[in-house]
Amino acid sequence: MKDDIEARVRDRVDALYRSDSRRVLATLIRLLGDFDLAEEALHDAFATAVEQWPEKGIPSNPGAWLISAGRFKALDRLRKSARFESADGEVLDRLHATEMPDQGEEGVEDDRLRLIFTCCHPALNPDAQIALTLREVCGLTTEEVARAFLTPAPTLAQRIVRAKSKIRDARIPYEIPSLADLPDRLDSVLHVIYLVFNEGYLASAGPELTRESLSAEAIRLGRLLVELLPEPEAMGLLALMLLHEARRAGRTSSLGDLILLEDQDRSLWNRVQIQEGVTLIERALASRRIGPYSLQAAIAALHAEATDTASTDWAQIVALYDVLLKAEPSAVIELNRAAAIAMRDGPETGLELIDRILAMGELVDYYPAHAARGELCRRLGRVSDAMAAYRRTLELVTQEPERRFLERRLTELDSRL
Amino acid sequence: MKYLCLIYDNESEWQKFPKDLQDKYMGEYTAFGDSIKKSGQYVGANQLQPSHTATVVRSRNGKVSTTDGPFVETKEQLGGYYLVEAKDLNDAIQVASRIPSARSGAIEVRPIVERTPA
Repeated sequence: MKDDIEARVRDRVDALYRSDSRRVLATLIRLLGDFDLAEEALHDAFATAVEQWPEKGIPSNPGAWLISAGRFKALDRLRKSARFESADGEVLDRLHATEMPDQGEEGVEDDRLRLIFTCCHPALNPDAQIALTLREVCGLTTEEVARAFLTPAPTLAQRIVRAKSKIRDARIPYEIPSLADLPDRLDSVLHVIYLVFNEGYLASAGPELTRESLSAEAIRLGRLLVELLPEPEAMGLLALMLLHEARRAGRTSSLGDLILLEDQDRSLWNRVQIQEGVTLIERALASRRIGPYSLQAAIAALHAEATDTASTDWAQIVALYDVLLKAEPSAVIELNRAAAIAMRDGPETGLELIDRILAMGELVDYYPAHAARGELCRRLGRVSDAMAAYRRTLELVTQEPERRFLERRLTELDSRL
Repeated sequence: MKYLCLIYDNESEWQKFPKDLQDKYMGEYTAFGDSIKKSGQYVGANQLQPSHTATVVRSRNGKVSTTDGPFVETKEQLGGYYLVEAKDLNDAIQVASRIPSARSGAIEVRPIVERTPA
């Protein structure tokens, strides 16, 4: 009988950990003013729950109970610790001073925003922002984050330690940015989420083309952000990620080979994600505060809704790239626009543009530029030019599926010579 | 909490400025200084002599060596500093961003180690 109760409590606690531990952590960080203390307190709180709930029953508001227990345990630890350095004294003062609020939903959501904005503070090294966000906001273990970024675990652990140190020593405040600072700070958060998604979408090195769980994590983060802060660019980014993710099943063959957009089986695309993405982007665009992520999402939506490349609205895509270029002038965006112009106006026009872009120098080592050049030369029947471009691309790619694709193209073209 | 705001800017560019532009800049610095004195954030400040007046001193195994010139030769040189009182890094960043050289150069913001008296 006792074992039954304990087993049921364990299950409930496990479920609570999965659903609520990040929320509880966010609040504990605010109450205790320190990441490490808060993590210890979190651990203690859950351990206490497993101990006490079989006897005392599961509380009606488990989240509040856990926060309270964590706080209590932290106070306890500090009182008992022999070294009463000034830092501990400060924490104690703070603990005594902060009221234990009856945290309505709003209060809790504020803490989660505080956590996200702090982990993505621009004063932290960008790699550290990513590592810290995945660890503290998403709850990934250090090992999981290390594996996802193909970094040795001790290196990643150091990165996180240094970031927490900086937060403490430079005194990065645990707060939601003021209205004046919000646009820049939100940019920082969106950038981190985008980098995580990108890493999952197109792994930077190695045999597999995508790393699914990182993209899923980024989408979860994106959803959380939109829930807490329904800003148009946040919606735009979430839409963009969903629309890209929706095509995952069509992007690679069962052998892990790369399939170009024009050759993809669109029936494999996830229509639920596409619908969600389209709805989001419509909301974002309706706000009339249109930023780069929203524009990229609008382009992705046009692809997602078309039945094939021939019937895709390339003219509108080019128009969107024109606006995007004004919002965010970049050589990469110029390149993508050139590819769209090739579809709208023909490969000759596109090729002229790409050559001009390459001549400017910035994309000289950017493999998609040479791949695009190769593709357009191929379409124009300029076989040796195409092969030269693909060879240059091959020198620059690092992933297996891309290499295989390029080698196949070269073999094909070789047979035409 | 105290933060040191180190001002890095291009000395040679500054030296090329006509006098009226230099005066305008100095006016902006005076205005900035006055405003943070008023807000209670000012702790100290100084303009430094140009980087060619710098000397680098090291002591190894009791032997002192000196080298001519600033520690690092870069496009931008350390020209001065403000020591400010701010409640946290965001606050310090706000103050630093208003230093006139933030527009053309860069400000390094470093927290001071606070030591409680023994």
